[in-house]
Amino acid sequence: MTIATIDTLPTTVATELARGRGGGGPAPKRIVVAYGFWIFILSDIVMFSGLFAAYAVLSGNTAGGPTGSELFNLRNVFIETMCLLFSSYTCGLGALSAERRQAGRFLIFAALTFVLGAAFLFIEASEFAGMVEKRAGPSRSGFLSGFFTLVGTHGVHVTSGLIWLIYLVAQVVVKGLRAAVLRRLLCWSLFWHALDIVWVGVFTLVYLMGDFR
Amino acid sequence: MDGSERVFDDRTPGVEEHEPTASVLSYTAGLGLAILATIGSFVVSQTNLLWAPGIPVGLVVLAFAQIGVHLVFFLHLGSAPDNTNNILALAFGVLIVFLVITGSIWIIANLHANMMP
Amino acid sequence: MLGRLSWAAIPLDQPLPLYAMGVVVLGILAVLALVTVKGWWPYLWREWITSVDHKRIGVMYVILGLVMLLRGYSDAIMMRTQQAIAVGNAQGYLPPDHYDQIFSAHGSIMIFFVAMPLVIGLMNFAVPLQLGVRDVAFPTLNSVSFWLTATGALLINVSLVIGSFARTGWMGYPPLSELAFSPDEGVDYYLWSLQISGIGTLLTGVNFVTTILKLRAPGMTYMRMPVFCWTALASNLLIVAAFPILTATFVMLLLDRYLGFHFFTNDAGGNQMMYVNLFWAWGHPEVYILILPAFGVFSEVAATFSGKGLFSYRSMVLATLGICILSFMVWLHHFFTMGAGADVNAFFGIMSAIIAVPTGAKVFNWLFTLYRGRIVFKTPVLFLVGFMVTFVIGGLTGVLLAVPPVDFVLHNSAFLVAHFHNVIIGGVVYGALAGYNYWFPKAFGFTLDEWWGKASFWCWLIGFYLAFTPLYVLGLMGMTRRLQHIPDPSWQPLLLVAEAGAIVIFCGILCQIAQLYVSIRTREQRLDLTGDPWNGRTLEWSTSSPPPAYNYAVLPRVETIDAFWHKKRTGRAPVEPAYENIEMPRNSPAGFITAFFAVVMGFALIWHIWWMAIVGLLAAAVTVLVAGWSDEREHEISATEIAQMERARLGA
Repeated sequence: MTIATIDTLPTTVATELARGRGGGGPAPKRIVVAYGFWIFILSDIVMFSGLFAAYAVLSGNTAGGPTGSELFNLRNVFIETMCLLFSSYTCGLGALSAERRQAGRFLIFAALTFVLGAAFLFIEASEFAGMVEKRAGPSRSGFLSGFFTLVGTHGVHVTSGLIWLIYLVAQVVVKGLRAAVLRRLLCWSLFWHALDIVWVGVFTLVYLMGDFR
Repeated sequence: MDGSERVFDDRTPGVEEHEPTASVLSYTAGLGLAILATIGSFVVSQTNLLWAPGIPVGLVVLAFAQIGVHLVFFLHLGSAPDNTNNILALAFGVLIVFLVITGSIWIIANLHANMMP
Repeated sequence: MLGRLSWAAIPLDQPLPLYAMGVVVLGILAVLALVTVKGWWPYLWREWITSVDHKRIGVMYVILGLVMLLRGYSDAIMMRTQQAIAVGNAQGYLPPDHYDQIFSAHGSIMIFFVAMPLVIGLMNFAVPLQLGVRDVAFPTLNSVSFWLTATGALLINVSLVIGSFARTGWMGYPPLSELAFSPDEGVDYYLWSLQISGIGTLLTGVNFVTTILKLRAPGMTYMRMPVFCWTALASNLLIVAAFPILTATFVMLLLDRYLGFHFFTNDAGGNQMMYVNLFWAWGHPEVYILILPAFGVFSEVAATFSGKGLFSYRSMVLATLGICILSFMVWLHHFFTMGAGADVNAFFGIMSAIIAVPTGAKVFNWLFTLYRGRIVFKTPVLFLVGFMVTFVIGGLTGVLLAVPPVDFVLHNSAFLVAHFHNVIIGGVVYGALAGYNYWFPKAFGFTLDEWWGKASFWCWLIGFYLAFTPLYVLGLMGMTRRLQHIPDPSWQPLLLVAEAGAIVIFCGILCQIAQLYVSIRTREQRLDLTGDPWNGRTLEWSTSSPPPAYNYAVLPRVETIDAFWHKKRTGRAPVEPAYENIEMPRNSPAGFITAFFAVVMGFALIWHIWWMAIVGLLAAAVTVLVAGWSDEREHEISATEIAQMERARLGA
């Protein structure tokens, strides 16, 4: 959408722009897209809060089965956490390279982010497989249903994020770092950082609280 | 064709258009603080550093701190007027999350207390 | 190969569903045949199905809502009739199994596929026009939202024809909705239909919050937006905040049913009360999602048809935002009787009473707007006055129910049923019909027939009171909701009055159909040539009827509230502005195709046809990826073309 430049606007409107009460006309596309995605992220956080609430309520319902402290391996959780945290870091550096149109550096950081994210998923998948083998799968008790769903939904989001990253890297390779691609990378990095924020909640409330209890 | 001269521009989380060198610093500082908070959480949970009944509180505080670090250093959320929409949206989201989680826990705990023995 | 689907799913041995199915299928085939014979497919595909224009999408939502009103109403008249005759020894004509499916379908359809589409359709049509911009923030996503909603509507209607629907009521409480007690496909129809359309609704929420906060005409500060846009903002903020809770809750129930999890089961540590808790944490904001846009419509109608600005704009905005926040703090009042104890009940009871206050403030504002205005009694104003009386009564019964000890007597009684129909019909339906009459000329270029409009209003008003006042009395006499058989013969006279009321409401619906038919036939006599048939106050009335695809050739400069009214009063001779090239979004089949595969996936999941579900999901994902690849989402309309179009329409 095009709008006239500020010089042709009547003085009253120009003053409104400067006052920042939202009278500046339609925002640029980059801002609109990023804000819309921010709102979507917040809605996703609310969905996670529903799953957190269910987990919190069900965490004591072990139905005679294994409890968290019997199942959780905190060393692996620490490694997972570091993987995801460092992947957030490389994601941020990648975003900077993309802003500066340094496609090569961006691709390196994207690859690092991917590897770290994949490592996170690998550890988590092994953890899940191990629990299922020990007859501590999600259908064993309310607690385990809550655990697998909360942590598993986060894992599904991470998986989707990695698939999305591959898709965006393909766009960068084929089309270069043009405005539309940059907007999508911006959305992707918002998503990735948000997943790390959710993970802070997960490792604190599920693993650390569950284990100390 | 989607930009224009503007006196006053909104910012959005993650959009970093000014001072590129400061931003590498921002990410690195964020990483460092987050690592500290994470290690802190594990230490609090697994050792006797904190008085036992205070451990959950300590964990929650450290978690909030780390989330704050993420929001400020990775998502560049600030308090400037051009960030107001973002902060308001975040505040709204935080309110809803708080209501859903604490509300549910409070309600279910009360329901549970009234169940037959 | 086909999961648990078999020929037995088609109700060949049950006459009622069979006839209903026959009528619906024949009707659909007739429409498809007509369209094919007349060669309308290219036009429909180009101008409507792949359209990303908010005006077209808004119209399609309203059409969906009105068509589904007929289905929802059929369920209603069937229930009313059963209750009117199945008294004492009489068993009526609907066996319990059917009756249960009917009340479940009635609630689900009315809330999700009538009320929501009507309200979202009005917001789609009017908000960008009122904000003085050309479209919403994410037009293609808007199309996806609509078609996903239509997917849900399709799936729920397929349940009439193939298999059966849930028998759990529209809320789907476990343990009844768990596998142990509902092993067949009914609850799965309910869950997948609502889950898929819920995604569409959530995307609408994201779209409109972004549009209202980031895309307004130059000079339109927050406090210069029309009040309908404020209520749309509040409603969409609630969508963004509440629908994810429903998504999570349904995910948990689906996991229980499909993968043997134990969120809400009777055994292995499930907690059914958590479902009720989470469902209503969504459910209460949902009713405010429905009512807030209706409040907005009434604010616009009150101001426009009294020829004065809305009384106390500021307090309206504050009340709207107050309702938005408070609506998240009352949800337990839907289950006072579940046993949370006095402390919890007291807190939520008090909060429920408090939330009535901002609504009361709004009612006073509407009254003061009308007071000393030069009121023009068109159909929308009749609905406004009908709403103010009816909704206040419904709200008062709500405040009554908000008192926990009272609720202990009246929970799940016919009194409750009367209350929520009172506020939904008196509030949401009247608001939707007022908005429909109000914005119809803007959408189609001619006004609706006034006589039939007023006739439909009187039928809806009288019909509502006849149908639901008896239910208040019956509730106080001890009748519960969802009764397939009436144990107490002394209730029958009131139930017969209620049946009469339902028939009068049907007359109201018939009047609406007549209104549409007559209006189209005689449209030449009621053409809206100026674009401003009601002497309106807000920007949408400054465009032609219907507006061009780009809405405004040059975005209007806004300097006050009621920007168009101000422009009319300080009118200067129009100078032809300097036109510039305009970029408009291209049409896209992505919404329709994604929704098509969502139907395939949903149907397959319901019937456990796993290979088909995977195909549907992958195809929908591929559609999204393909649509997300291209950068050429917009096409340019040159300044010369615009100049031509503008001169043509202004010359007329």
